[in-house]
Amino acid sequence: MKQFRTMVYARTMEFVRDRGTFFWNLLFPVLLVFGFSFAFSGEGQPLFKVGVLGSPPAALESPASFLAIEQGRFIVYGPEESREAVLDRLRRHELDMVLDPGSRSYYLNVQGRNASLLRRLAAADPGLREYVERTVTGAPIRYVDWLVPGVIGMNIMFSCLFGVGFVLVRYRKNGVLKRLKATPVSAAAFVTAQAVSRFLIVILTSVVVFAGTNAFLRFRMEGSWAALLAIAALGIVSMEALGLVFAARLRSEELVNGLMNLATLPMLALSGVFFSLEGSPDILKSVSRALPLTHAIGAARAVMLEGAGFGRIAPDLLFLGIFSAAALALASALFRWE
Amino acid sequence: MATILEAAGLRKRYGSVQAVDGVSLAIEEGTCLGILGPNGAGKTTTIEMMEGILAPDEGTVTFRGEPIGREFKRKVGIQFQTTALPEFITVRETLKLFSSFYPSPRPFDEVVDLCSLSDILDRDNRKLSGGQRQRMLLALAIAPRPDVVFLDEPTTGLDPQARRNFWDLVRGIQAEKTTVVLTTHYMDEAQTLCDEVAIMDRGRILERGNPSRLLARHFRGALVRIPRGCVDGDRVPGKLVADHLEIQSENLDKTMRELLAAGVNLEGLSIHKPDLEDLFIELTGSSLRN
Repeated sequence: MKQFRTMVYARTMEFVRDRGTFFWNLLFPVLLVFGFSFAFSGEGQPLFKVGVLGSPPAALESPASFLAIEQGRFIVYGPEESREAVLDRLRRHELDMVLDPGSRSYYLNVQGRNASLLRRLAAADPGLREYVERTVTGAPIRYVDWLVPGVIGMNIMFSCLFGVGFVLVRYRKNGVLKRLKATPVSAAAFVTAQAVSRFLIVILTSVVVFAGTNAFLRFRMEGSWAALLAIAALGIVSMEALGLVFAARLRSEELVNGLMNLATLPMLALSGVFFSLEGSPDILKSVSRALPLTHAIGAARAVMLEGAGFGRIAPDLLFLGIFSAAALALASALFRWE
Repeated sequence: MATILEAAGLRKRYGSVQAVDGVSLAIEEGTCLGILGPNGAGKTTTIEMMEGILAPDEGTVTFRGEPIGREFKRKVGIQFQTTALPEFITVRETLKLFSSFYPSPRPFDEVVDLCSLSDILDRDNRKLSGGQRQRMLLALAIAPRPDVVFLDEPTTGLDPQARRNFWDLVRGIQAEKTTVVLTTHYMDEAQTLCDEVAIMDRGRILERGNPSRLLARHFRGALVRIPRGCVDGDRVPGKLVADHLEIQSENLDKTMRELLAAGVNLEGLSIHKPDLEDLFIELTGSSLRN
């Protein structure tokens, strides 16, 4: 146990004293969150997003309809989406309006930025003459509220992949691992110490980044802190496990760097770090669902923005757990000291 | 004395190169064995197989009669030829880290004392000079209180002063009856530190034994060397080695008189006490450091 503590301590000191890396790990996400918060603090794009339950009524395609003009964007939800789920999007201001041709009604969020304008346009629209207006309520979600789990998730991804994976490869290349192989330390104990050290560092920086930006930006927080921490913890473990797979036997820092970039780029693009994949092609959504970061960020958003409890995020946590176990098993099967 | 470590019939091949080609060595407890040879002779490959770091293609290594395994790792201290140390960590922290790997390590202060580390304890590993670094690596090797210490070319690249200091440290370890196995291509190092030497070239051991006895067996008296240009023809007994004529002489008085009588110009003459380097040249017909 003392051996383990000493190893964790040594690795942690190695990181903390490497000031450049240390501050970059803290500063980068903070800068991103503030940067985006200012960039998107003004009025958003003048775009109406209209959700349609089932297929859009043919009347709307007539040029007379305001919904047929360029500024509107339809997102058609099939029968697999419940009406409530779509209405929730309206409540969260992800949609500006929901059309339900089945019940001949349209829904507006009374707190929506475009609600009164849309109401007037709808009243004047011949295609919607027989529609009844219904309303929902829900406070708007700023982009930054939506973004913060993404940025922290991204930071976790980089910090874990490179902090565990890259460092192990460097140790292997420069002979630190060979020196350790000559001691009674087992590979499992050494690697676990590395992972635990990084875990502590990353969970701490995540909390600091969140708390630090939250002090200024006051993020929406509907759910429990415990759920959020559980997601962060499992997210970190899954990313470390992925890093260990890369680091299991490679000797070249350049190669592992390239491979990790190859892994991080799709996750940056497809895990919903900066933008939602809502409305993108199904194939992208399927790829997205196979990425661990998607589940971590998605679950964190569900907790923060929608107040999801452990029950609702359980499938995501399960996915992260299974992913981690599989990656760790693969990494330990592949591992070589040299 | 009992044999503590024994290598039998070790072979290792890298691609088309037979790096080690049938090496057998037995080391007595408490002694120092030096494996000598030029670069590429197979010294490091041999010592790494004996350390249990490298698996031999053929042959076995036994420690106190048992094949080496997990238990062996607790009983050996190793200084590799090149080892990176964790960065941003001080000497003190590195030493504590490595000590923590072993069940009953040497007390911290004792290691610091034995390896003269007290003035660099709080220095970052990256900021150590060559000599300080070797002292630090030696400390890591002896911190476990090992039965056997392996030192792979421990003084390569050090200045003469640092080498001498390092030898003093190794003598201190030997005084504690620790068995030492070291490789070197410095013959003076082997002569100073080793009870026994094994001379290696091209993966094989050419000769082994106590340095003075080996020299006594191969050389009689002193070596008289005369630059080739000063000697005329075959009038003097001796053999040509590189650019000079070499005469083994048990009686210098007599040899000098013979040379003068033969009319040899003694201007460039030197008298040399045979050392391991001469033995190596004798055995391999080539110079050590070319």
